[in-house]
Amino acid sequence: MHLDHGVTFPHRHTHSAEPLRADGTRRALRIGLGGPVGSGKTATVAALCRALRAELSMAVVTNDIYTREDAEFLLREAVLPPERITAVETGACPHTAIRDDISANLEAVEELEEAFREHAPLDLILVESGGDNLTATFSRGLVDAQIFVIDVAGGDDIPRKGGPGVTTADLLIVNKTDLAPHVGSDLGRMARDAAEKRGELPVAFQSLRGPEGVAPVASWIRERFAAWAVR
Amino acid sequence: MASSLAALLVLADGRFPAGGHAHSGGAEAACAAGRIHDAATLAEFCRGRLHTAGLVAAGLAAAAALGLDPAELDAAADARTPSPALRTAGRRLGRQLMRAARATWPAPELDALAAAFPRGAHQPVVLGLTARAAGLGPLDAAHVAAYESVGGPATATVRLLGLDPFEASGVLARLAPELDAVAAEAAAAARRARTEGTEALPAASSPLLEIAAEIHADWPVRLFAS
Repeated sequence: MHLDHGVTFPHRHTHSAEPLRADGTRRALRIGLGGPVGSGKTATVAALCRALRAELSMAVVTNDIYTREDAEFLLREAVLPPERITAVETGACPHTAIRDDISANLEAVEELEEAFREHAPLDLILVESGGDNLTATFSRGLVDAQIFVIDVAGGDDIPRKGGPGVTTADLLIVNKTDLAPHVGSDLGRMARDAAEKRGELPVAFQSLRGPEGVAPVASWIRERFAAWAVR
Repeated sequence: MASSLAALLVLADGRFPAGGHAHSGGAEAACAAGRIHDAATLAEFCRGRLHTAGLVAAGLAAAAALGLDPAELDAAADARTPSPALRTAGRRLGRQLMRAARATWPAPELDALAAAFPRGAHQPVVLGLTARAAGLGPLDAAHVAAYESVGGPATATVRLLGLDPFEASGVLARLAPELDAVAAEAAAAARRARTEGTEALPAASSPLLEIAAEIHADWPVRLFAS
């Protein structure tokens, strides 16, 4: 889980992109979670909040296709206090809001940072994309690292099909491994195909119902945060 | 100063990343109410928006491009926008445009406006100053504002109704002469405002757009932010 892109945090041109602000304080690490509809992005975000909220000051930005569904799920599950969850509206185009025109998401991220700056400065902001297709990836102007979430029930040929999300995401999660025997998905094949498409980039096989749950992905985020905190 | 046609294209391009893609310009509410259901009704909606909200935005943008005081223009925009939901959307879009503008055409005037309005100035005011920073003139700024007032709803309707995109483009193309006339009227008003003050700027209003925007802002489920 420690193999990563050669350039860990690439340079961006957006105004709030520098790790250190003008006053020398560090902005939060921003991690994007994208992937097809129903692959378990929101459930993963909820599990990550539960796993990490005691050690990191966290917030979440959701990009719902129909505004507030995902934000409301996170609120209902009470994984974070409501003021730490913001929903962005995407005009029926979730990939535009995370890649081609990131204005609304940057604003949401900055507003969260500003709101907590004085008392509990944010360490980590998770930006969850609305469910989209295999080509949807985050702009490097919006997030520092991105996770692409697919699931075994969506078809075990998805890693072979590749596409920007599967191929280039900093971490690929193959979710719902507990369902593999029921839907006839071959996890070994998915692992081989993913390795072929992704080279040394990491892949996490995850079952949120299993004993490990989100722990491996939470560890990956801890590693990213440790690298971020010393920049 | 001769303005650059290419700079105008960059600013007016629907792909310019200033947040507009998430706003329908009232089209989502109008589609849901059945007021827009085909190309003909989209054309009527766009014509109405062009001559009201579009004209007002074009006047403000032209005045800002001319160098009138942006704070006064921002107050004039508030006065011309009865709906609180639309004022909020206008400032939000203004702040998003500001980010894109400062990254694209850095200018001290933009920095000053951003500092004076940390929560965002009204979008047409920012648009006018952006045009200025890009070396464009008041008439150019008015054209962009007028075009945005109809381009947004047309794109949104394609997504909302599955309207034939060629028909939507046709609607915009047929509105072109009216767009030119609105831009010219707005630029002329902006020149008058230099001596007569912001009262000289257009103050046309569409009550239905304002009311529908308030109702839309209360929807629990929607695709567009406004």
